[in-house]
Amino acid sequence: MARQESLAVVKEPETPAEETARIHIMGKSYVVPAGLTILKAMEYAGYRLVRGVGCRGGFCGACATVYRKAGDFRLYVGLACQTGIADGMYLTQIPFYPAPKPLYDIHRLSAGGETIFRFFPEVARCIQCNTCTKVCPQGLDVMRYIAAAQQGDFKRVAELSFDCIACGLCVSRCPGEIAHYHVGLLARRLYAAHLTPKAIHLRTRLGEIQEGRFSKEVETFCKMDRQSLQRLYAQRAIEPEEEVALPGKSNSDED
Amino acid sequence: MAYPESMRPSIAEVERTRPERLRRREFSRLTLEDKEALLRRFHPDYRPEGFRSLRVGANRGQNVPHELADLLEARSLLDPDTFELNAGADHDVDVLVIGAGGAGSSAALTAHEDGARVLITTKLRWGDANTMMAQGGIQAADRPEDSLARHYLDVMGGGGFVNTPGLVRALVTDAPFVVEWLENMGVLFDKHQDGTMMEVHGGGTSIRRMHSSGDYTGMEFMRVVRDEARNRGIPCLEFNAAVELVLDDSGQCAGAVLYDLDTKEFSLVRARCTILASGGMGRLHCQGFPTTNHYGATADGVVIGYRAGVPMLFMDTVQYHPTGVAYPEQLLGQLVTEKVRGLGAHLTHCKGERFIYELETRDAVSAAIIRECSERQNGIATPTGVLGVWLDTPMIDMLRGEGTTRRALPAMVRQFARYEIDITQEPILMYPTQHYQNGGLVINELGETAIPNLFAAGEVSGGVHGRNRLMGNSLLDIFVFGRRAGRRAAERAREVRPGRLTLDHVRTYHRQLDKAGVSNHRAAPMILPDYTPASHRIRRLGGVAVG
Repeated sequence: MARQESLAVVKEPETPAEETARIHIMGKSYVVPAGLTILKAMEYAGYRLVRGVGCRGGFCGACATVYRKAGDFRLYVGLACQTGIADGMYLTQIPFYPAPKPLYDIHRLSAGGETIFRFFPEVARCIQCNTCTKVCPQGLDVMRYIAAAQQGDFKRVAELSFDCIACGLCVSRCPGEIAHYHVGLLARRLYAAHLTPKAIHLRTRLGEIQEGRFSKEVETFCKMDRQSLQRLYAQRAIEPEEEVALPGKSNSDED
Repeated sequence: MAYPESMRPSIAEVERTRPERLRRREFSRLTLEDKEALLRRFHPDYRPEGFRSLRVGANRGQNVPHELADLLEARSLLDPDTFELNAGADHDVDVLVIGAGGAGSSAALTAHEDGARVLITTKLRWGDANTMMAQGGIQAADRPEDSLARHYLDVMGGGGFVNTPGLVRALVTDAPFVVEWLENMGVLFDKHQDGTMMEVHGGGTSIRRMHSSGDYTGMEFMRVVRDEARNRGIPCLEFNAAVELVLDDSGQCAGAVLYDLDTKEFSLVRARCTILASGGMGRLHCQGFPTTNHYGATADGVVIGYRAGVPMLFMDTVQYHPTGVAYPEQLLGQLVTEKVRGLGAHLTHCKGERFIYELETRDAVSAAIIRECSERQNGIATPTGVLGVWLDTPMIDMLRGEGTTRRALPAMVRQFARYEIDITQEPILMYPTQHYQNGGLVINELGETAIPNLFAAGEVSGGVHGRNRLMGNSLLDIFVFGRRAGRRAAERAREVRPGRLTLDHVRTYHRQLDKAGVSNHRAAPMILPDYTPASHRIRRLGGVAVG
C-alpha cells in the first residue's frame, strides 16, 4: 500500500513542519508532526519514557518496537529511535523480553559446539523459519549465526553477530524459543578468549612496566614544569599514519 | 527522508565547487593567534553568557554552565528532616556502585574479585551508558616503539598541560593492563593474524596507539564486561536512581538513597564504601546544543557528590564534537567520526566554499562551524530550523577510489541509508554537538574523593583529561579508575564501620542555598531529561515532574 506522506509534501512544500500524522500508541490515537521518529513522536504525545528508551542513537537496543501500518496485515519491527512514523501506524514497544542467561566461567569452558548445546540446548529447536533474521533491526543474519553456533564455528558466529545490540526482537518471535543474543555473546567470547592468538607485544610491555622500566621517565614528566613539558610536546616526533586496509568484518561478511 | 527541495540548491552549490576543491585541496591553517581569536569569539566555552558563578558549595565563586548550575543550586528530592535513615536499610553491602556503564561495571567486578559484597545500582538498564556508544577505540602504549612517557605527554598536551599529573600517570601505566584484562575476558579486538593489535592514530596522538573493535568498540567492551559481572552473580538494581548520598556522624560516606523509577519508592542502601560511576552531563544540552550522549547523561553523580562536599575541577569546559548530525532530524546531534575528515571530506558552507582546515583541533573546527552558522550567515537550514554546514562525503570515493566509503565507514553508510541519504553521492549536514564532560569530581590516584569512603571513576570525575580529552582516553579512563576504585573500596570496606546515618550535609547545603538567596523550587538530580512539550508538563499530575 502506498504511503501517503509523499503526497502531502507535494501539496505543501512551504510548510513541511505543519504536516501531521495520526498514530496509535498502544491503541490510543495521537496527532503528531510528520517525519518524527517513533521515539520522538511518543515524547511529543506526552510520554515521558523511562523504559523503551536508551542511547537514542541505535546502539543500545532499549527501544524495540512492533507496529502495523494502515491497510497492511504485516507486523513490522524497528528501533523507536531509528524508525520514522507513518500516518496510520499503530504500535507498541517491547522494552523487555525474558531471555534466560546461563552463568558460566568463560575460562573453564571448552571452545566447541558442545558448550553451546550444554548451555543452550534449545538451539537444536531451530526450524530454520528465518524469522529471527527478518526481524533483526541491525540486518544481521541471525539464523545463520545460530547454525554456525550449532556447528561450533565461532569465528563465523563472531563475524555474523558482531553488530548485535541485544534488542531482543529475535527472541520475541522465535518459535524455537531460543535466546539468540546470549548464544552469540557466548560464542564470541569463546572465540576471542580461546581461539584467537593473544597479543605478545602486550605481555612484553606488561613485563617491562612491572620491572619499572618506565617509572623514572614518567616520574620526571610528572614533576616537570609546564614550560618544559610544552617544549617537549612541541618537539615530539609524529609517527606517520599507516596506510592499512581497515580492520574488521567487511572481508568476511557475505551479506 | 531524502533531502527536501529547500536544501537542494545548496547541495548543487557543493557539487558545483567540488571539481575545483578536488584539484586544489590545500587550505591555510590557523596561526596560534588566529585560533585563539576564533575560539574566544565562537567557541561555546568562551561565551560568558553560557556560564555563571556558583553561589554554594566547595566551588563557590567559580563558573559552571548555567544548565549545571541550575542543578547544583537546587534542593534535594528528599526532605532531610523527615526521611528515616536509621530504622534499617533495604540493602547492607560492602561496596555500593552507582552507575552501570564501563566504570561502574569494572569497579564492581574488581571489588567483587577482592571479596567484597557488591551491589550495583543504575537508573536505566545495566550497560545503558555512554560506554555503549563509544565507537573509536582505547589508547594503550603497548607497541615496542611507544612508551608510557609518550602517552603521558600526548594526554597532557591534549588537556592544555593542566591535567592532574598523578592521575595521568595512573592512566598511562594501567592502560596496557586494562587491554590485557579485556582481551583475556574475551573481547574481540581488531588484530592481525598473529595476534598483534591493529593500532591507528587518534586526534592528538603522536604515535599509533588506538585499539579498536570495529565501529562498536565501546559496545563490545560493555557487553563482555557486563556478561562477566553477571556470571559472577553481582546483583544490579536496574531502574533505581541514586538521589542522595548518605553520610554517617563522623562524616564518612555510608551509602545512598535510591528511587525506584518503576514503583516510585525510595529505598536505603547502607554501604561501607560507595563508588560514583554515574557518567557525564551531555543531556543537559549546555547552551542549547544537541548531544551525542546517552539518555541518562544528566550529571546526577556530580550533583549528589558536590552536595556531599566533594569539590569539582574543570567544570567550566565542555567538549563539543565538530561533526554532529544536523539532518535528518532523527539523527540530530549524533556523532560523525573524525575519520571522515581524515579520509579527505571537506567542510563547506551553503555556497559550497570551505572555511576552515578540516583537521584543526576539535575546538577550533567547532568554533569555525558556529561562526559560519551565526555571524557569517552561511548556514544551511533544515525544515525544522536547525542550521548546519556540509561535510562533502562523496569526495572520499573520488579521492581514494570507489568503494572506499563503504569499506571504511560501513555503519555510517547504513545509518544514513535508513533515511534515504546516500553519503557516497550526497554531502551530509553537520553542526557541533555536546560530547564530553572534561571535568568532574576531584579524585586521587586510588579513585578516592575528599569524603572518606566515597570514590568516583569515569566521566563523573575530573582532572585526568585536563581541559580537553583526547579520543581513546575515555574508554581507558573508565576501566583504569573503575578498577582502581573497586580495588581500594574493597580494601577499605574491610576496615570501616559506619556510624549513625545522617542527611546533615543536605540540611547544611539547603541552609547555604537559603543564605546565598537562591530561591527556587528546583529539585535535583534530574534523573532523566524531559523531552515532552511544555504544554504537557504543566498539565501533569503534581505539576512539573522531577527534573
